[in-house]
Amino acid sequence: MDGGGMPVFWVVAVIFVVSVVGFITGRARALQSAAGDARRLHSLPIYYGSNVALWAIVPAAAALIVWLLMQPMFVNSKVIETLPASLLDGGSSIGLVMSDVRRVAEGLDVAVAQGALSRDAAASIGSSSVNIRDFLGSIGVALGSDVSPEVVDAAQLYRGLNATGSTLMSWIVLAISVLGAAYAYGRSNADFRARNVVERGALGLLIGAASIAIVTTIGILFALLFNTIEFFKLYPATEFFFGTNWSPSFSGRGGLSELGVLPLLWGTFYISFIAMLVAVPIGLFSAIYLSEYASSRVRSVAKPLIEILAGIPTIVYGLFALLTVGPLLVSMFGKDTLNWMQGGTAVMTAGLVMGIMLIPFVSSLSDDIINAVPQALREGSYGLGATQSETIRLVILPAALPGIVGAILLAASRAIGETMIVVLGAGAAARLSMNPFDAMTTITAKIVSQLTGDADFSSPEALVAFALGMTLFALTLGLNVFALFIVRKYREQYD
Amino acid sequence: MREEINVETDVAVNNVKISAKDVQVFYGDNHAIKDVTVEIEDKTVTAFIGPSGCGKSTFLRCINRMNDTIDVCRVVGDIRIDGENIYDPKIDPVQLRAKVGMVFQKPNPFPKSIYDNVAYGPRIHGLARNKAELDEIVERSLRSGAIWDEVKDRLHAPGTGLSGGQQQRLCIARAIATEPNVLLMDEPCSALDPIATAQVEELIDELRRSYSVVIVTHSMQQAARVSQKTAFFHLGSLVEYGETSAIFTNPIDPRTESYITGRIG
Repeated sequence: MDGGGMPVFWVVAVIFVVSVVGFITGRARALQSAAGDARRLHSLPIYYGSNVALWAIVPAAAALIVWLLMQPMFVNSKVIETLPASLLDGGSSIGLVMSDVRRVAEGLDVAVAQGALSRDAAASIGSSSVNIRDFLGSIGVALGSDVSPEVVDAAQLYRGLNATGSTLMSWIVLAISVLGAAYAYGRSNADFRARNVVERGALGLLIGAASIAIVTTIGILFALLFNTIEFFKLYPATEFFFGTNWSPSFSGRGGLSELGVLPLLWGTFYISFIAMLVAVPIGLFSAIYLSEYASSRVRSVAKPLIEILAGIPTIVYGLFALLTVGPLLVSMFGKDTLNWMQGGTAVMTAGLVMGIMLIPFVSSLSDDIINAVPQALREGSYGLGATQSETIRLVILPAALPGIVGAILLAASRAIGETMIVVLGAGAAARLSMNPFDAMTTITAKIVSQLTGDADFSSPEALVAFALGMTLFALTLGLNVFALFIVRKYREQYD
Repeated sequence: MREEINVETDVAVNNVKISAKDVQVFYGDNHAIKDVTVEIEDKTVTAFIGPSGCGKSTFLRCINRMNDTIDVCRVVGDIRIDGENIYDPKIDPVQLRAKVGMVFQKPNPFPKSIYDNVAYGPRIHGLARNKAELDEIVERSLRSGAIWDEVKDRLHAPGTGLSGGQQQRLCIARAIATEPNVLLMDEPCSALDPIATAQVEELIDELRRSYSVVIVTHSMQQAARVSQKTAFFHLGSLVEYGETSAIFTNPIDPRTESYITGRIG
């Protein structure tokens, strides 16, 4: 909404038009240079067209992306330079002032868009003439406090710089697009190796897609890391890692909170352990049945049915835990009978339901791995007079074991990262207890509760979420790497 | 050649070990084996030859009921080993397979140690009362498999680490360890190089002293080298069966002659 939205759309549209025109004319020019005989061209005519289109799009798009990334930084630094020092005295940070500036600028843009202000009036409005806060409030942009004249001036500068930037960007990007197309058009003749250029373009596209995934991962990691470091500046790391009490307070800013990760880690491991206790035997046995015993007719029905379990959203499992499994367990172990269980939400409830959720992961991965054991080994064993279960126990499972362990570890890392089932099934109490019928909670569930609501991102109570996320990330990454290592080692055996 | 013929007259007086009568095999609707009747003698190497898809492997797999493991496969007819119908409901196919050993086309040692590979059969059938007896069975089998000298110092190394020819001899030793009466070999040398093939063929000739050996092979030279009796299969039927020397020098059926002279197949 900073006024750049529409220009970017139009710039992209015009680049598209340039590329289409470039495609048609480039193709035509190449054909013409071969006197209309496509066989005398080095490449098929379509490659000449694609070459021109690529030159129209790629450099321009690159310039556009770089500009869009750089402009906010440039504008921000320019605006900050102009802010008087008096504004920063009152204890508020540059970040807060700048967010006020942006809010006012946005408000003015909204006013123009709604027709409440003319473009010129918006550009000349000052705090003296109108009460900006009331005015913007009347069109639906709420401001937290009255704005000072300096902020309004800064907002005007902000709008001005952005508007100029956007205009400049549009023209420069369009010029690059047209120049690129013209350059490629000029080279479209029969001897030009357009096919090779397009091939390199395809390679670039694929590399780009791969790097986006990698860069995003690294970006997420760094976001976590920086905020974690920020948290450890406010809260001692030893107390976080070795504290046995989790009681965040939202009233004060730190000091009163105890943010020990151990109760959460314990809850995470306990629930995951029960989940694996359910998922591993059931998943493994069903995989053995499906791959070794079931007729193809049974398999064709049963396998998709089991895999449907994997498609159920985890929130639905959460509801199942809350409404069905929890009450059922209370009726079995609650105060009417054994009095082990106080309420429906418990480690056992979440663990059982999570175990059910993980059955298809274990079973479908194990099924693939068991099927990958060469048929020759089965025949060899049958040929020696072994029964089916002897063959499975003595030959197939030992051969498939590393792969199955890998599958189990992958399932475990899912269990550790699971959130919704815990939120609904295990409760929210962080506690260190051995009783599986007690309510406990996990790292993921606490990340959610620390960040929902009005979180102040400079307080340790909110920043702890990043430290928790980092802990979780390290845990699951370690498990995944270990699992992949084992699976890979297994693969070497048969290939 | 002369010596071989003498040997054949020797074995000709031996008893019939396997007797098949009017055997039919169906894979679903496909009639894979038609009316095969054959009598296989004890202490003899019998070769099954014929073009690919002629049913020779299928028929071999009827003799230890390996075809039972295939859902769509149906066997009709009468196969007797030592006069006992192996398709009788009284017969447990699992027990039968311990008595009718099988060696496969591709060496298939289990991913276990050499010792555990050979001890596999004796262990599941409880053939040894203690460790010493088991050691003895393993050594005897490996010696019969003509591989003892090569592996005696590394019995606990993985069987998959041996060369192809050694693996195949290990698989033969593994089959011998359950003390079978009959050894079935399904193209046992097709994945081996000529030197390993020669070693395995020599071993097969040794095994003839104690077992009835049935070998499926694509190589007519191999059939001529190792067998005393040869059966020629074509399109699911047994075309001709007789002394190996007779089949290769004086075939009766024109189809046999075409095959061994290389006109069909």
